[in-house]
Amino acid sequence: MATRKGNTLFLDTAPSVISYGAVGSKKESEGPLAAAFDRLWEDSTLGEETWEKAECRLQKEAIRIALEKGELSPKDLQVIFAGDLLNQCTSSTYGLRELGVPFIGLYGACSTMAESLALAALFIEGGFGERAAAITSSHFCSAERQFRFPLEYGGQRTPTSQWTVTGSGAAILGRKAAPPYVRAVTIGTITDMGITDANNMGAAMAPAAADTLRRFFKDSGMKPADFDLIATGDLGQVGSELLREVMEKEGCPLEGRQNDCGLMIYDRERQQVEAGGSGCGCSASVLCAYLLPALQRGEIMNLLFMATGALMSTTAVQQGESIPGIAHLVWLSKEPGMR
Amino acid sequence: MTKEASPNTKSWRNIPLAFLIGGLICTLGQGLMEFYRSQGLPKDEASTWASVSLVFLSALLTGMKVYDNIAKFGGAGTLVPITGFANAVVSPAMEFKSEGFVLGLGAKMFIIAGPVIVYGITAAVVYGLILFFMGAF
Amino acid sequence: MEMLLPYLKAFAVGGAFCALGQVFIDYTKLTPARILVAYVVAGVILGGLGIYQPIIDFAGAGATVPLSGFGALLAKGTREALGEKGLLGALTGGFTAAAAGIAAAIFFGLIAALLFRSGDKS
Repeated sequence: MATRKGNTLFLDTAPSVISYGAVGSKKESEGPLAAAFDRLWEDSTLGEETWEKAECRLQKEAIRIALEKGELSPKDLQVIFAGDLLNQCTSSTYGLRELGVPFIGLYGACSTMAESLALAALFIEGGFGERAAAITSSHFCSAERQFRFPLEYGGQRTPTSQWTVTGSGAAILGRKAAPPYVRAVTIGTITDMGITDANNMGAAMAPAAADTLRRFFKDSGMKPADFDLIATGDLGQVGSELLREVMEKEGCPLEGRQNDCGLMIYDRERQQVEAGGSGCGCSASVLCAYLLPALQRGEIMNLLFMATGALMSTTAVQQGESIPGIAHLVWLSKEPGMR
Repeated sequence: MTKEASPNTKSWRNIPLAFLIGGLICTLGQGLMEFYRSQGLPKDEASTWASVSLVFLSALLTGMKVYDNIAKFGGAGTLVPITGFANAVVSPAMEFKSEGFVLGLGAKMFIIAGPVIVYGITAAVVYGLILFFMGAF
Repeated sequence: MEMLLPYLKAFAVGGAFCALGQVFIDYTKLTPARILVAYVVAGVILGGLGIYQPIIDFAGAGATVPLSGFGALLAKGTREALGEKGLLGALTGGFTAAAAGIAAAIFFGLIAALLFRSGDKS
């Protein structure tokens, strides 16, 4: 069973990611990671009638691909942890309703992939099942319509705003003796520094990211240099800079180890995405398209996957509330844990 | 610190572009007005027809998915003219059609432009009341 | 050159209204919706005070096409209706003056929504 130190749970039965799938659409197909995706649709409607249905389809395809690559069927899964950005977790519930797998819907905004991955790993670690899946998605159009403006509304994006990724990533965890292994999990705490600008979510989430990293390094006694990559999820350009500054000030500089999923998935200059990508399909698809394969191949030995979320609601923001942030961390490694 | 890390908007580019595109839309309005006057319409009616024509053009360009692309560069230049008002009416109508013709399209048509009418009409009523009680009429 | 002058005036004044709007977007916390509301209300006030009409006389569409012109139109309609109908005019004047623009936006909006659907942004 896992050992707790502070806020971090160290897993010593070596749960591993046994299969994964990543899907995206046009903008993702024009980005630097295009070749790594399992499937990309040129048309972001995916042939569906509504944007919500298109996003459901992304989840459906991501889990289908992950199952197929792992030579599994839905009944091999004992639980699925899923989430997305839409009200009532629409894309997850409607997208996965036909699977017939025990389902837990999660909301952690853009942090949901780390949240679901962490829970799936703990589920396996606890011996509650043989296999558990973690999946999240986001769709630019469904997110715009819910959180911002109609798609055809002529508005300018501020330079701090981020571009919601149209994509999904699914990871299946189990006990296969092959990397990548999940070594530790730090569940984040809600951190709110009073940022009220909904177009600057990176800045709202950076303090939460710093807080979780601080806890993890304290609990593990490790340092940034022990990791090949600290992949934050969706801090974008602004949030990443803030995180590095905060860590530097606290005497724990990240020494060039940090990169952000929102900056990896798009070419920021060429693709006009302002501060970078975001949405829980962003960290999920970057994890499943690029990071997990890199761990498997041994190009990355130790990875801190830390997805950050801005836990705001449009109602609360309109009422003048600030934006609470959260960051969950998962340590993934080529080597298994203690035992 | 948040301020330092957050890039500033590119005002050196945005403001001249808003001027240019907004100016061009108004010039087009002037052209339409002159045209309607040349057809023998009185000044007020010509002006109204010019506005209606601009609203039509904006609705068409919004429907053809062009207006938002002009707005990317135009900024306030596409927001402030009456074409921006029309875009703010048409775009939610198109967007929320998927939730039905009554509760989607019909109910959400003024989700962005509604406040303009609410406060514009309110200001006009208040102005009317002031004029009335000042005994101007 | 005489022929072009009204166009130049419309361009310059209309452009200036828009450039001012951009300054609000870039340098204040005002959202576009608030800026539109501010323009209309300012138009009603300036129109009511008799300041806006000279701008319209000078710049034509350069002053009527921006939303402040819409506000001035509301004020003008209210003033005229008051003269004709008394107090009731305070209620009917604004909508009457704005009727064509609003009805056009509703009607064309509905048609556009029936014919087209929104698309992804690039």
